[in-house]
Amino acid sequence: MKPILEIQNISKKFRIQHEKQSYLSLRDSFSSLFHKKSTSSEDFYALKEVSFEVYPGESIGIIGKNGAGKSTLLKILSKITPPTAGKIISRGRIASLLEVGTGFHPELTGRENIFLNGSILGMKHKEIQNKFDEIVDFSGTEKFLDTPLKHYSSGMQLRLAFSVAAFLDPEILIIDEVLAVGDAEFQKKCMGKMENVSKSGRTILFVSHNLGAVETLCPNSIILDKGNLKVMGNTTKLIKDYINQFAEDDNSMINGTVYLNNSLIKSVQLLCDSQPSNNLYMGCDMELEVTIESDRKIEYPVLGLVIRDFQNNAILGVNNKHYSSIKPMGFYNGKFKISIPNLPLMSGKYFLDLHVGDGLTDIEIYTNACTLNIESKDFTGTGYIPNEKLNKLFIKNITWDITGN
Amino acid sequence: MEYEIKPKEKLNLGLEELWQYRELFYFFTWRDVKVKYKQTFLGFTWAILQPLLMMVIFSVFFGQALNVPSENLPYPVFVFSGLLLWNIFASGITAAGNSMVSNSNIIKKIYFPRLIIPISSVLVSLFDFLMASIVFIAMLLYYQISVDLFNALVLIPISILLTTSATFGVGTLLAALNIKYRDFRYIIPFLVQSLLFITPVIYPISMLKHEWLKLVAALNPMYAAVTLFRSAFIDSPMQINLLIISICSTFFFFIAGLYYFRKTESYFADIA
Repeated sequence: MKPILEIQNISKKFRIQHEKQSYLSLRDSFSSLFHKKSTSSEDFYALKEVSFEVYPGESIGIIGKNGAGKSTLLKILSKITPPTAGKIISRGRIASLLEVGTGFHPELTGRENIFLNGSILGMKHKEIQNKFDEIVDFSGTEKFLDTPLKHYSSGMQLRLAFSVAAFLDPEILIIDEVLAVGDAEFQKKCMGKMENVSKSGRTILFVSHNLGAVETLCPNSIILDKGNLKVMGNTTKLIKDYINQFAEDDNSMINGTVYLNNSLIKSVQLLCDSQPSNNLYMGCDMELEVTIESDRKIEYPVLGLVIRDFQNNAILGVNNKHYSSIKPMGFYNGKFKISIPNLPLMSGKYFLDLHVGDGLTDIEIYTNACTLNIESKDFTGTGYIPNEKLNKLFIKNITWDITGN
Repeated sequence: MEYEIKPKEKLNLGLEELWQYRELFYFFTWRDVKVKYKQTFLGFTWAILQPLLMMVIFSVFFGQALNVPSENLPYPVFVFSGLLLWNIFASGITAAGNSMVSNSNIIKKIYFPRLIIPISSVLVSLFDFLMASIVFIAMLLYYQISVDLFNALVLIPISILLTTSATFGVGTLLAALNIKYRDFRYIIPFLVQSLLFITPVIYPISMLKHEWLKLVAALNPMYAAVTLFRSAFIDSPMQINLLIISICSTFFFFIAGLYYFRKTESYFADIA
């Protein structure tokens, strides 16, 4: 079988001009006609001789730190910018999704934007018409179809945008970071849709900082580092081998574990009902294992947890001093195991800050050490979930004694 | 379907590709027309009102107050016939010239033949032209202007074609320049204003007393378009040599704009 994409020695060079604006003005051009350039310029390779092949039906993840050349590679593949050297042979129609909602116009209605966006993404008018109902249905915005987009909430705009994109039907689909849209529920829906797309035999190239998402979607990945293709292989293995590199940039959670660098806190392990997990659910038994390595002895180790919601409001702040008057043994390297039964957080995204102290002051505060994703769950088994608008926290075991005659 | 993505080598027109993406012309034009008159109380009426108000102002100041001659036409008809085409050009090059910059978010995120964007801007001004033409026809009837049928059927389409070509040429040239040199954001309005003075919209070319001034006016691509358009209503002879110069100028801009745009377009996404 011939590869559907052959990427051969692709390089992309940018010239960085020092002490110059990013775009030119006429004056600069005129003055450089008469004067020798006083500004120095430097060549910078965003990509350097990258080669790999993709076979039909494969889903390839592209992993790398910020500035590794991921987006440049996708831009070249989607013909937005030409390579400086090398070539790509493509044997299929490529559609790229570097951003959801490209070309959305705030003055146009939802309906109009579906057609405009679909068309910009390369769908034919007929195709959009055929899929129109599905798109609207998937986005869940049917009530607002004839309202100008500017009156939509940002979440609704993103949902509509993703929905149009989700119904693209190319042979090769290039996706950049678009799954990070909407609330947890919609994200799940998106992931499901993406999995269906990849199962239907489409070829996918997928870039994301969410390594978990890459792992679910793409059996194989490539790692880019400073414009070079470092390695290509099994995604799970790659992530394991290179996890420490990624931990520097964003605290990616793999199997419930976050590794922190430049910190006393080496790692945070999250367990949900005693199983390592990236996600929690309402009312679960949450456990945290925080590993600490210190050069100095910590005489009275104190660990504080602060949980903030997505609006950055602290909603919970506790430390071991609050719960026990027994002074723990001092240590250099130690581990805190915290268990919170019946987790009282409503569904959504929360951030965990860790404060390490010696009983008197904080030695270190690590903001946003990890993200807690809480999934919605009918924890009482009654079919009712507490109203999210009224509750930030909930109490799992409330007994109601009702009498009457 | 097999194709290659390579560093840019040869220049090609890419007409085939434009044809593949033909629906986008419609969508961009439709978007711009819609957005232009969205949330306006009068809506599309503005497409008619704008040239109409300009005509009224010019008629009062130039026709009445300054007594500018207008061949054998009533001054309002004279000036409106010029404004019709002039507005295609003026609004076309303004919109097209700014189009790449204002659509840079799309250019950076998705591929399609870039030419579609400035062409759609030109199409929008043609839409406005069609709307304004209704008023013009009404004026012809009102003033009972006799129309030379041959000239109307042959020269008017040619004049519209010339206007469109000139608008396209100058517009794409400005669009490509603007994305590289943002100075053109300021140059364009100035350019439009000064070109109006050397185009026989407000006054007939016969008013220019110096031969060299006439030559300068003829270098302007819009000279031929306006003159040919009016020939359907005016029976004074046309100056063929000036017409030829102007038509050549139109072709020059058409080719120069297309060439420069095509030559630089692949790097638009990098500098937008």
